[in-house]
Amino acid sequence: MTNEELIKTISDWFPNVEFTEEGSQFLNVIVPKDSILEVAQKLKAEVSTSLDYMFSLTCVDWPDHFQMIYHLKSSEIGHMLVLKVKLEDKENPEVETLCNTFKTADFHEREVYDLFGVKFLNHPDLRRLFLTDDWVGHPLRKDYVDEINIVSS
Amino acid sequence: MEQNVIMNPDGTQEYFVNMGPQHPSTHGVLRLVLTLNGEIIEKVEPHLGYIHRSIEKMCEKDNYRQVIHLTDRMDYLSAHMNNHAVCLAIENGLDVEVPDRAVVIRVIMDELTRISSHTLWWGVMGMDLGAITSFLYGFRDHEYITEIFEETCGARLTMNYNVPGGVMFDLHPNFVQKTKDFIAEFKRKLPEYDTLLSNNVIFLERTKGVGILSKEMAISYGVTGPAGRASGFANDVRKHEPYSNYDKLDFKEILYTEGDTFHRYKARIDEMWESIKIIEQLIDNIPEGDFQAKTRKVIKLPKGEFYQKVETARGELGVFIVSDGKMNPYRMKFRSPGFSNLSALNEMAKGGKIADLVATMSTLDLVVPDIDR
Amino acid sequence: MNFSIYDFSAFFTSIHEWLLGMMPEALVTTIEWITIGTAAILFTALLGLSLVYGERKVAAWFQLRIGPNRVGFQGVLQTVADILKLILKEPLTPKSSDKFLYNLAPFIMMMAPFIVIAALPYAKGLQVMDLEVGVFFVTAVSSIGVLGVLLAGWSSNNKYSLIGAMRSGAQIVSYELSAGLAILTVIVLSGSLQFGEIIESQREGWWIYRGHIPVWIAFIVFLIAGTAETNRGPFDLAEAESELTAGFHTEYSGIKFAFFFLAEYVNLFIIVVIAATVFLGGWMPLHIGGLDGFNAAMDIIPPIVWFLGKVTVLILLIMWFKWTFPRLRIDQILTLEWKYLLPISLVNIVLVAFITLMGWYF
Repeated sequence: MTNEELIKTISDWFPNVEFTEEGSQFLNVIVPKDSILEVAQKLKAEVSTSLDYMFSLTCVDWPDHFQMIYHLKSSEIGHMLVLKVKLEDKENPEVETLCNTFKTADFHEREVYDLFGVKFLNHPDLRRLFLTDDWVGHPLRKDYVDEINIVSS
Repeated sequence: MEQNVIMNPDGTQEYFVNMGPQHPSTHGVLRLVLTLNGEIIEKVEPHLGYIHRSIEKMCEKDNYRQVIHLTDRMDYLSAHMNNHAVCLAIENGLDVEVPDRAVVIRVIMDELTRISSHTLWWGVMGMDLGAITSFLYGFRDHEYITEIFEETCGARLTMNYNVPGGVMFDLHPNFVQKTKDFIAEFKRKLPEYDTLLSNNVIFLERTKGVGILSKEMAISYGVTGPAGRASGFANDVRKHEPYSNYDKLDFKEILYTEGDTFHRYKARIDEMWESIKIIEQLIDNIPEGDFQAKTRKVIKLPKGEFYQKVETARGELGVFIVSDGKMNPYRMKFRSPGFSNLSALNEMAKGGKIADLVATMSTLDLVVPDIDR
Repeated sequence: MNFSIYDFSAFFTSIHEWLLGMMPEALVTTIEWITIGTAAILFTALLGLSLVYGERKVAAWFQLRIGPNRVGFQGVLQTVADILKLILKEPLTPKSSDKFLYNLAPFIMMMAPFIVIAALPYAKGLQVMDLEVGVFFVTAVSSIGVLGVLLAGWSSNNKYSLIGAMRSGAQIVSYELSAGLAILTVIVLSGSLQFGEIIESQREGWWIYRGHIPVWIAFIVFLIAGTAETNRGPFDLAEAESELTAGFHTEYSGIKFAFFFLAEYVNLFIIVVIAATVFLGGWMPLHIGGLDGFNAAMDIIPPIVWFLGKVTVLILLIMWFKWTFPRLRIDQILTLEWKYLLPISLVNIVLVAFITLMGWYF
């Protein structure tokens, strides 16, 4: 499906998402935080989109919010899009887990929790992945300070 | 080794066994905690982070040219392909046209890297299963290619040869002849691999029907590369989302449906044949011209997001750059193939024996620095 | 002193006579015991050393490398250096192990091959004891080695050593059946358990071609079973269980580990000597019944050279197995024995009994 068809199909199902194509080579679908699970499940289940392969899950630390980025692709049809979720609360960022829909999200979400501190609700086993269990802080945040391990030029 | 005992309600015991960070089978520093029920594995839980060097954080402090040398060290057996991915992402952002000569050189280097990674994998796989001699045979072929790289790029493992716009130096005058000699020699040696392992009845007994991964699970876990293609998941980036000049080359995508250890093994052997085919199509017609396009000394990508996928020897590597217009990337994420492949290990290994776990893990071809970054 | 390389018995008899002329019989017997015992122990030690060196060189040639070539001429002193190193290592004993059994196990493991070495024929007249039940004795005593394995695993107080020892023990006990049945084919054909008589019965030709089909089957079965019995080659899951542990000798270090290590190579030698003697004629040169000129030409080469040649070829063959094939899983090893080798051996016994009865052999 081309981007226009995707926009049309998705906005039929979910009227409250926004779309943009600027600054990116894929179609970006900006989803409100509370409906990300529903959107992802529908996009995977429906035959017309069948976006069943999540090839990247990451987070970006902007000055006033976190942004969760999910790259999806359909293994049958071949089209791709990006789901973006804005997490306003920087003290306690939380979002619903997608690991029941996409099994690959299990490890990726643990990595985001480890390095950014975003909590994933209903994740079966949310603990740090790379760093030791008693590490304090989340290193990939922009405000992370560590005199011992980081050499600031 | 750690030993904890958990009692089941029916009186039997499950116990934990550690396959610690130090392994006889050298896959890197990976710790697996197995929950066993006698000889049968109930759960495999990987513990990562022993070689986490926070490459993504370092990328935020470096400028775009410096970032490339860090990517060599992620999956060091596909070093060229990692560099290639980052350079392609930067070139897409700058809208720079790479000269034809550089494109062809990059593809030849990529395919040579793929062959060298697969020969090393073959050697290690034989060693894991007990045929220790295959280790040295695999390394013999790996050495040929490493020497070719050393002459042109100056380094054996972490080549750092690609730059945004092309390649760093021109090819060494011996390169074409040496590569042709290697291909001729390798075409005689590759059937030896079949005689030694692929057709050996003990090897077949140990790998057929072991560690099965179905197609839906492969897609859901995001298992790419030869491991995913052996389960039927057609995800070769070179075919479906071609970059460089792969869309003009003639090669097959290797697909099997059985998804067991033997077919993952077979997929890699067949991929080596396809790589030989690609190199043969290119090695005689390297176009003349510039090896590097002119780019500014200080590269600044425009604001936005750039994603580039590349097919490494392990699977699909994704480089995701979020730029805010400055000299350094704002966020650089590497979607590593080993990370997703490893997450499917539990699915493949549970219900089998410990000896089967070793065979399965060999065919996943994990390089732990790629997983941990 | 009449020393003849073709028949050592004359030489030894003359020494015996000379000693008897100088001192009473009891003293002579005692001196002979001590001398022969020491010679046997030295021989076993040298054997272990040279087999380890041989294995390393053969492995290197298969792997496109050279192997030890620095210590001594062409590296022959390498094993001496290794043994010195092992002797000087600190012997660590696990605290909660059963001390007596832990220290006993390597000695039992080493003792079994030592006793068997005395019963094997090396050349005409060069044999410590030519027992009437030679083959039976050798098979029975070499089984004592299993005790060493099981004791080592149990007394280490380590769950993984125990698992390794149990697997190894199961493997050795299973494959002894097939090995014994394989030797039995030649016993049936030659009609005697005594090594000397078995070799004499091959004067007209070795059993490997006099006994055609059943002996070929028995030879192949014996080679497979022999490799499995010594925990070598594709059947080395117990010791190369580097997936989890190092098997039953995980907790041993220093000289005790050296005992296990050397015992494995001496066991290999014993299996090969039994195969060479029973199937290939031992020290008997290659004779073809009826061709007297040819036989006389073959007799020029001394028996001890024939013996060493056969043993070397078989040892190289068994080493070839190890460095070529991948490893079998434990359940596949046991399946191979109980579902394939044992029925084949049993049918083979019936076949060879029938053939002997009908006289259908050369």
